[in-house]
Amino acid sequence: MLAYIVRRALYAIPVLIGVNLITFLLFFVVNTPDDIARMQLGFKRVTPEAIENWKATHGYDLPYLYNEQADGLDSFTETLFFQKSVKVLAFDFGRSDAGRSISSDILERMGPSLALAVPTLIVGMLVNITFGLLLVFFRSTAIDWGGVVLCVVLMSISPLFYIIAGQYVAGKLMNLVPISGFDAGWDMAKFLVLPVIIGVVSGIGSGTRWYRTIFMEEYGKEYVRTARAKGLSDLRILFVHVLKNGMIPILTGVVVLLPLLFMGSLIMESFFGIPGLGSYTIEAINNQDFAIVRAMVFLGSVLYIVGLLLTDISYTLFDPRIRL
Amino acid sequence: MSRLNGLRLLVAVLVVLATGACNGPWNNPYPDADRDSDIYYSSFREPPRHLDPARSYATDEASFTGAIYEPPLQYHYLKRPYTLIPATATAVPEPQYLDADDNPLPADTPAAEVATSVYTLDIRPGIRYQPHPAFAKKADGSPRYADLSAADMVGITRPADFEHQGTRELRAGDYVHEIKRLARPEVNSPIFGLMSAHIVGLAELRERLEAARAELAPGESLDLTAFDFDGARVIDDHRYEIRVHGVYPQLRYWLALAFFAPVPPEVTRFYDQPGLKSRNISLDTFPVGTGAYMLTENNPNQRMVLEANPNFHGQRYPSEGEDGDRAAGLLADAGKQLPFIKRAVYSREQESIPYWNKFLQGYYDVSGISDDAFGQAINIDAEGNPNLTATMADRGMSLATTVLPGIFYLGFNLNDDVVGGLDESGRKLRQAISIAIDMESYIPLFLNGRGIVAQGPIPPGLFGYQDGKAGMNPVVYDWVEGEAVRKPLDTARRLLAEAGYPNGIDPKTGQSLLVNIDTPATGPDFKTQMDWMRQQFDKLGIQLVVRATTWPRFQKKIAEGNVQIYFGSGWMADYPDPENFLSQLYGPNGTAEHAGSNYANYSNDEYDRLFRQMRVMENSPERQAIIERMLTILRRDAPWQWGYFPRQYALYHQWLHNTKPNGMIQSSLKYLRLDGALRAEKRREWNQPVLWPVAAGVALLVVLLLPAVWIYRRREHSALRRRPR
Repeated sequence: MLAYIVRRALYAIPVLIGVNLITFLLFFVVNTPDDIARMQLGFKRVTPEAIENWKATHGYDLPYLYNEQADGLDSFTETLFFQKSVKVLAFDFGRSDAGRSISSDILERMGPSLALAVPTLIVGMLVNITFGLLLVFFRSTAIDWGGVVLCVVLMSISPLFYIIAGQYVAGKLMNLVPISGFDAGWDMAKFLVLPVIIGVVSGIGSGTRWYRTIFMEEYGKEYVRTARAKGLSDLRILFVHVLKNGMIPILTGVVVLLPLLFMGSLIMESFFGIPGLGSYTIEAINNQDFAIVRAMVFLGSVLYIVGLLLTDISYTLFDPRIRL
Repeated sequence: MSRLNGLRLLVAVLVVLATGACNGPWNNPYPDADRDSDIYYSSFREPPRHLDPARSYATDEASFTGAIYEPPLQYHYLKRPYTLIPATATAVPEPQYLDADDNPLPADTPAAEVATSVYTLDIRPGIRYQPHPAFAKKADGSPRYADLSAADMVGITRPADFEHQGTRELRAGDYVHEIKRLARPEVNSPIFGLMSAHIVGLAELRERLEAARAELAPGESLDLTAFDFDGARVIDDHRYEIRVHGVYPQLRYWLALAFFAPVPPEVTRFYDQPGLKSRNISLDTFPVGTGAYMLTENNPNQRMVLEANPNFHGQRYPSEGEDGDRAAGLLADAGKQLPFIKRAVYSREQESIPYWNKFLQGYYDVSGISDDAFGQAINIDAEGNPNLTATMADRGMSLATTVLPGIFYLGFNLNDDVVGGLDESGRKLRQAISIAIDMESYIPLFLNGRGIVAQGPIPPGLFGYQDGKAGMNPVVYDWVEGEAVRKPLDTARRLLAEAGYPNGIDPKTGQSLLVNIDTPATGPDFKTQMDWMRQQFDKLGIQLVVRATTWPRFQKKIAEGNVQIYFGSGWMADYPDPENFLSQLYGPNGTAEHAGSNYANYSNDEYDRLFRQMRVMENSPERQAIIERMLTILRRDAPWQWGYFPRQYALYHQWLHNTKPNGMIQSSLKYLRLDGALRAEKRREWNQPVLWPVAAGVALLVVLLLPAVWIYRRREHSALRRRPR
């Protein structure tokens, strides 16, 4: 397995270089260093001299990919791509165009994102798996039919509606929880109750249908018939045997997501005032802050690769037939 | 047994909830211990980018910088028109004029004969900085935190985390140091370009600093104390002078802005250390000042906290104001020591709906009114006056409105072949468009009435503005029965025909005249606005092409003169002087040719001559006469469709006192007073938990589960029945 992990890690290097290069090219196709300077310098009294000075003091006065003025290796290193993007490969994120330390910002924002995402994922999975199994249990009954219809209805509603309605009902009409906000330590619990519930409820429709499909397929297999023939109850068959055998497709979908939980949820964090990473990239794109954009795209790519690797490893844990 | 345990658990939960309810509202987003305190609660939408006084220029940053930094001058809190008074200075300085040989000239010397103006500022002794580690010293007098290692930084996330804090007296040299910082290349001060044209030697100082910077070793920082220059000079510990070229009376207004606040050299040396920068601890994040407040927490993604500066030198609440202030209770605290509020918590609210609901629950003390909430908060009566709705009035809120010293307009590029030029054709085309664009319908449609139609570039409240018939733009309006009425469309069509476009037809193409409008606005609201704008041009038979773009691209197009008409641009006053607005149309400020802020590239010799005359004058009837002449020229040439002056609406809860909206004072926090006990009482009253829907929900769930239980039991039962067979 170690050899497999090393091999996958080596494969990741060209992928990450490619991602970095594509991010760089795409960003600078749309934006110029002048645009970046203008965004940072604000709205009033922005002169060409100020723009040139800003570019010079922030390293945006270099050529993009090749420096004709430099000699030898410097032709490639004294460029915008090398100075701004290559260092990221060593996890040196540097400073944002607004002057803040990106590593520091990411570390600070990661905690709140995880505080919201982890309970939402765990509770959501438990609820969705339970509902999925129950729908299989009640298959071919009005409950199954009604459940599927309800799932489709729940899936059709915008997440934004859940958030606004949840805040209005629980936070404003019933005054049960704070409408938005965040705090450290145990105090964060009162701020997370509502977003976690909303996150779980808004995912029930799609999650339950997905799990129902998986479990329904499992339920049609020979071992289930054998189990029934041996006199096991339906509930035991579902919650013990079908659940265990259905774990592989579940893992495919879930484990790959685990590292990406760090990246947070844009809408949820924005509406609930949770100071996570969800809005970090979007804000950076809006502010045309290339330093943050390239750092976050790189981080997202790394986490996705880690997620895929973890998925592969987890297969071996649930299915002894699989060897890496 | 297990059922008994479950019952006990339920009782325990209920007891905990009940106890919680007794302690205060469940939806309180703040720590319970703070519920009766006099903490001021507000919010911010976008994190402040810069709190460094040499860089900060945005309005939302000013609520922090204005509370922390103390420039030598400030505006009187209550008086209108806005009046300068001393802050740390002993008096508002009068300039000493000098000739080319530095000989003193009398105060009434004509501006053309003045080579240099010298402003000498005396700083009150005994003013001390907020506690800060940059001032902490070792026993030998050297800075305690000069060479911070990685080990020293363990557990440090803000300056207050350092064990030793210090302070020292404010010195004149700190002001001079800050003026030098305006020229420091890495600082990128937005006013460097403007100030280098006025302050003697500032441009040369930038060149010297750039040369010195090139010689620095990596990681090294410039020490500005080693660079003297003529424009700002320390005379003694409590006195310094600023020298400007010629006459520049507006400098006094700049001296009330944070750009001219003191920054001690030891503070910049402290923040230049790499260990602090890597933790986002810098002058941009943790400012250091002598003001009434100090920033003790800066998490720009969550919360910023200001606390009263224990070393604040003291200021008393004003004992005079304008008419009506006493009746409004604004002088009830006259002569009392400031600040009243000891702590202010600003929470980040990115979305308007949760922000508004929390304000209604009493968790914010003051609020603006978003478009979504406008109908819920404000009723416009038959005469067009805003009033609070019954819901707001029942909660004891008060509404204050004020016209901000700013303008939003539609501009024409005077360099353009079609809409530009000072000839009859271009002028009449612009006049026709100015008449056709019906701002009287734009303001209620898109601003909920929060604006007043502009008759020229100078907003109300500033010298030079005139109300009524005297202030009307006669090119666009007629005075009918005591009010300005927009001229009929026929007048616009006649002007259009005289401009060479009868019925909007371009004789060169034989088709509708086609003009382009550039705007940085995007989003659904913008689309509606631009549809409306197209209709306005359609009235004249002119076809409008909308070119929406990002702000940087828009700026670039403006800089290159690559626009015909532009919209979505405006100007908010730096200071309350008409020069600040009239300079936006001064020829030598033309954007395309001179990289100035005159986006329209308007240039009229007579206007420019009058501008030069007006800008060096003190307010007087002579100055008013010149301004009126300038406005006449502007209205005739119509480089802008004058647009509107924004009106700010603010809602205050009943427990907040001494609130007076203003457009110039950077932070009014130190003047505010609040009644924490009343707020706690109202919060409790307004936020009682409503539990019956929870019980109803549980009951509904049980009802819904019954069929499932029935089916389950039937299935199990039928299986049992089948088994014997």
